[in-house]
Amino acid sequence: MKRLGLILVPYLWLLALFLVPFLIVLKISLSDTELAIPPYTPTLDIAEGWEGIKTWWAGLDLENYTWLASDDLYWKAYLSSLKIAVISTLLTLIVGYPIAYGMSRAPDEWRPTLMMLIILPFWTSFLIRVYSWKAILSNEGLLNQLLIYLGIITDPLVILNTNVAVYIGIVYTYLPFMVLPIYSALERLDESLLEAAEDLGCSRFTAFWLVTMPLSKQGIIAGSFLVFIPAMGEFVIPALLGGSKTLMIGKVLWEEFFSNRDWPVASAVAVVLLLLLIIPIVLFQRNEEKQREAQK
Amino acid sequence: MSDTARAPVCVFAPWDDIQAKPLIQFQNVTKRWGDFTAIDDLSIDIYAQEFFALLGPSGCGKTTMMRMLAGFETPTEGKILIDGQNVAPIPPNKRAVNMMFQSYALFPHLSVADNIAFGLKRDKMPTDQITARIEEMLSLVQLNKFANRKPHQISGGQRQRVALARSLAKAPKLLLLDEPLGALDKKLRQDTQFELMDIQEKTGTTFVIVTHDQEEAMTVASRIAVMDHGKIIQVDTPAKIYEEPRSIYVADFIGDVNLIEGNVSRTTEGHATISWAEGQNELTGIARNDIIPGSVATLAVRPEKLNIYTSRPKDQSNVIKGKVLDIAYLGNMSTYVIETPTGQQIKAQVANTRRIQRRQITWEDKVWLSFTETAGVVLNQ
Repeated sequence: MKRLGLILVPYLWLLALFLVPFLIVLKISLSDTELAIPPYTPTLDIAEGWEGIKTWWAGLDLENYTWLASDDLYWKAYLSSLKIAVISTLLTLIVGYPIAYGMSRAPDEWRPTLMMLIILPFWTSFLIRVYSWKAILSNEGLLNQLLIYLGIITDPLVILNTNVAVYIGIVYTYLPFMVLPIYSALERLDESLLEAAEDLGCSRFTAFWLVTMPLSKQGIIAGSFLVFIPAMGEFVIPALLGGSKTLMIGKVLWEEFFSNRDWPVASAVAVVLLLLLIIPIVLFQRNEEKQREAQK
Repeated sequence: MSDTARAPVCVFAPWDDIQAKPLIQFQNVTKRWGDFTAIDDLSIDIYAQEFFALLGPSGCGKTTMMRMLAGFETPTEGKILIDGQNVAPIPPNKRAVNMMFQSYALFPHLSVADNIAFGLKRDKMPTDQITARIEEMLSLVQLNKFANRKPHQISGGQRQRVALARSLAKAPKLLLLDEPLGALDKKLRQDTQFELMDIQEKTGTTFVIVTHDQEEAMTVASRIAVMDHGKIIQVDTPAKIYEEPRSIYVADFIGDVNLIEGNVSRTTEGHATISWAEGQNELTGIARNDIIPGSVATLAVRPEKLNIYTSRPKDQSNVIKGKVLDIAYLGNMSTYVIETPTGQQIKAQVANTRRIQRRQITWEDKVWLSFTETAGVVLNQ
């Protein structure tokens, strides 16, 4: 009985906070727009009884999904999001791996401090941090002023409102999600494995390539998913740092909901995004399970 | 056992041969970390095909010596020569030395076969030769069936053998073994000790083993270096270390021993006699010529060298009088703790050759202990 309760609690939680909202969104995505409150039709009127349910069911269709397929804006936005998410995941990996490696190699007494420095930015509002990047990257921003002052450039670099700014924003924001899993993989790495590799004829570099890299693979995979999944649906960063040309599905979604007030189409966009993300999420879960098994 | 010292010189004893060229030479090697001296002006020669044990308590510097041979540490002062060549500038990956790590350090992401092949691949050995060598190594350690398993899918004893096979695969001149059997349970450890000796003989590789387990060192080694505080206290064959320790430290470190302190009353060729307690006979043991009459010395005698009698034995020179304080029955033997009238406790070990033999001796009985003049060693303080 107690065990049943323990299992039930997380399932109830998921049911109330994930499945029910998802079903609502799914239902809206099958509806039609209407100038009303709420801005879609049909709405279920239980007072009419069985007949009511029947008319409600008859009002649902897949029209919005065909619309998504026919207008090239949407699949372009999905593809563009995918591209931005993949590239920024790679960039985060390139920046994050050396940081994680350095942390795992640091003397024991330094590690808590370094860990703190990685987590510290989370204590400030995400929005404020993204806004401060605006101040850094804008044409009159800190970065350009510094570069001009140093004489490296004469004309300010246009970074803000481009995809470059979006990449910088995503890498900055999601860096800890990459660093922490890689660090935890590297920290477990037994130093004597590297000595054994050297003893058997490896140079330091090949030892890193043949031993350290493969043994941190699980961390790299976990970190990449943790960056890729939220980056795919990212809205705030492209909205604030990206330009009008930056096309991301999160932004499209927002515009459909709040500018067009087209809830059914926006819901359809959200449902498709969710379905697309289920694939990497399942892969991520499988990786986690494999990792747990390997540790046994 | 007591006659080993006088036994004909065994076939393999390059350390007694002035002509023999040592494979490894430590020449006045010192290793310091800040104020801490791990190795203190240490010189030693190790010969090809030896099974050489570095024995000592933890922190005595034995692991540091091994890591210097492997190339993971460099001496602060002095030189290490392998085959007459100073190895200081040679990095670990270029040395014809391989090491078997205490933790085994098997690569968890590689199969047993790939672990063994790891070093061979670094040498750019042709694939067919690698395959043949893997086969050979797997047969040597009897693990052919497990070639495709990952390290976490095999037992501790099997892992130990994979580690051994991996370190031997490159046919090193010198194999270093860092507490190789430390992680195994006692029964498996004993079996593996014989296997190790067998493999060492088959491959003809020079083995240097680091251990804190004196039984292990006694079993496997051709010579043992007993170390303490970064110095080598004594280097000798296991029999000599046990039978003729040069110091109280060595006598006490290896096996069980009775230490009886007294004044040297006289010395004769190769022997010394001490008087040690009122009302007790003087005791004689073998001695080196640094024992001077009138000085304080300690007689070290192993418990199994003592005989126990219920009446005073005749015609025996070394006799100690006392009463039985304790009896420990160990199955194959019994240990008697005898207390002398002056309160010193002396242990005697008697093999239980007959069932419930010796039951006539019991607690509080008056007994006499005796041993021959060659059974004990008189040592300086």
